[in-house]
Amino acid sequence: MTADLNAAGLRRDEAAERLALFGLASPALLLVLIVMVLPVGWLFYVSFVGADGGFSMENYARMVREKSYGRIFLQTFNVSLLTTGLCILIGYPLAYFISGLPTRIANLCLITVLLPFWTSLLVRTYAWLVLLQKQGLVNTWAISLGLWDEPIKMVHNLTGTLIGMVHIMLPFLILPVYGAMRAIDRDYLKAAANLGASPTRAFWTVFVPLSAPGLFAGALMVFILCLGFFVTPAVLGGGRVILVSMKIVSNIELFVNWGAASALGVVLLALTFLILWVASKFVRLEQLTGGGH
Amino acid sequence: MKFSLTLSLAAGLMATTALAQDKQVTIASWGGSFQEAQSKALFIPAAKATGIAVKEETYGGMSDVRLQVSTGAVTLDIVASGSGSAARAGAEGLLEPLDYNVIDVSTFYPTLKSEYCVGGDVFSTVYAWNTKTYGDAGPQSWADFWDVEKFPGKRAYRNKVAGALEPALMADGVAPEDVYKVLDSEEGIERAINKIRELKPHIDVFWTSGAQQAQLMKDGEVDMTTGWNGRFDNAAKDGAQVKYSFNQALLDYDCFAIPKGAPNKDTAMAFLAEISKAEYQDDLPKYITYGPTNKAAFDTGEITPEVAAMLPSSPANAAMQLPISLEWYIKWESVADEKYQSMLTE
Repeated sequence: MTADLNAAGLRRDEAAERLALFGLASPALLLVLIVMVLPVGWLFYVSFVGADGGFSMENYARMVREKSYGRIFLQTFNVSLLTTGLCILIGYPLAYFISGLPTRIANLCLITVLLPFWTSLLVRTYAWLVLLQKQGLVNTWAISLGLWDEPIKMVHNLTGTLIGMVHIMLPFLILPVYGAMRAIDRDYLKAAANLGASPTRAFWTVFVPLSAPGLFAGALMVFILCLGFFVTPAVLGGGRVILVSMKIVSNIELFVNWGAASALGVVLLALTFLILWVASKFVRLEQLTGGGH
Repeated sequence: MKFSLTLSLAAGLMATTALAQDKQVTIASWGGSFQEAQSKALFIPAAKATGIAVKEETYGGMSDVRLQVSTGAVTLDIVASGSGSAARAGAEGLLEPLDYNVIDVSTFYPTLKSEYCVGGDVFSTVYAWNTKTYGDAGPQSWADFWDVEKFPGKRAYRNKVAGALEPALMADGVAPEDVYKVLDSEEGIERAINKIRELKPHIDVFWTSGAQQAQLMKDGEVDMTTGWNGRFDNAAKDGAQVKYSFNQALLDYDCFAIPKGAPNKDTAMAFLAEISKAEYQDDLPKYITYGPTNKAAFDTGEITPEVAAMLPSSPANAAMQLPISLEWYIKWESVADEKYQSMLTE
């Protein structure tokens, strides 16, 4: 009898608490609704409005008809994949190195990783332009040191775009990877060694799988951010690297309706969701937000 | 309650004051040294002479006007625009037709105004070259710009179709007066794009802005580029080793338009009539090397022969150039740009 009453009371308390939490969360939920759900819905609606103002599939038909759209999407995915790959190659070893340092020095290292975050994206991008162009610092120094004779073309192409994007995206990879590595109990490695594993073997069979969720989270974040990247490829790509975001801008300027640009946004969004869905087949997405522990 | 009543009373009073002072216009332009020149030569003196209060703003082009007109919240009375985008916006119904009984264009170059937009300054799309690479005797025609044997070196070209196809056809041997005839079909557009495709291996950069043209030449990133003449004059003033020629250049103009449903439409019309007068236009070249659209501005004595020789719209320079055809842009720009973008992504 008392147990039942207690259970009912607990349930009541729980419901009340949930309601209170919901009340506390509602401003944020409302904000998400206003700044996220409604605009995306509007975007979706507008993409079906033709030049004459009526319902039309012309914005999607154009993407199928003109070969350039396919190439632009392909290039966007290509650049995003390459950037993510390079970020992993550079970021993972760095995160591993920092995670092995004493806390105080590690924190100092992390600050240097974060430092570029506090500088404007535009400034960092133009800095690369100044460094990498034909008569930029890198070329003039290399030539005066005799490393190469003729200026090497490092910017206004894919190379320059990737250098700039990797630099800007690196912290997004390093931070989650570092977090995951820091959480790994190093005793596991000692145990592996104790069982006869060489350091290399222990690293690949014990450490890497344990850090994988962090790596996956970081890589996915970098990849998805790259899909919508505008400033850096626009400045460093020299007009030869054309990504979806740039096409959206030129469509707004060129066509008399918003639909042409909106349809591109919708397709990009759909493809991003598709990638998340495919990714979810391989790893539990909750891990990305830290909820799956 | 009392406070808000006071507020609305104050607002009412302010409105009356505005009415008493009566005439005002809000003008939007592109900002930077361009708007500064417009402001000093046109807006401020004309405001003084007419008593019309001028409020200046910057804006992002005709897409802003489209947004204002389509939502019925028009705040701008006058906008400065490129001639091509104004022509398209006019065809789209975003602009008020201009009243040429109010605005006197009798001494204008006949091509430098349209139903919806009255010319404010003339600029040219030219080819410019690095004098360190080619000396003073750089390319003298679009055929030279395309000639990579005679003028080896890296080029830069525009990343949009506007002003990009006409040079290609002239390089392909089409006479300037026939360019728009040839371009008036999909095959003609293809022909021009094929010509650019031919040069593409030598084009290092497809530029997006006037600032970029100047930067590319100043830093010696390319040896030759297309661009707007005023930008190269400014770059040269900054020490860039750059020269350009008006031969076969594209004569184009910036103009002023009134958005559909502008709050002070009639005042805006009167103000446009004022700043279109020769006495204002002859001051513009003091601040930027863009020429007047009103021929009479050359007769006031304000523009010296030395300055005139540098301006796109001086009679001698204008005679060498191909005027941009707005009709072509209204009819073909979106089709041509899709093809152009397709070529860029190859």
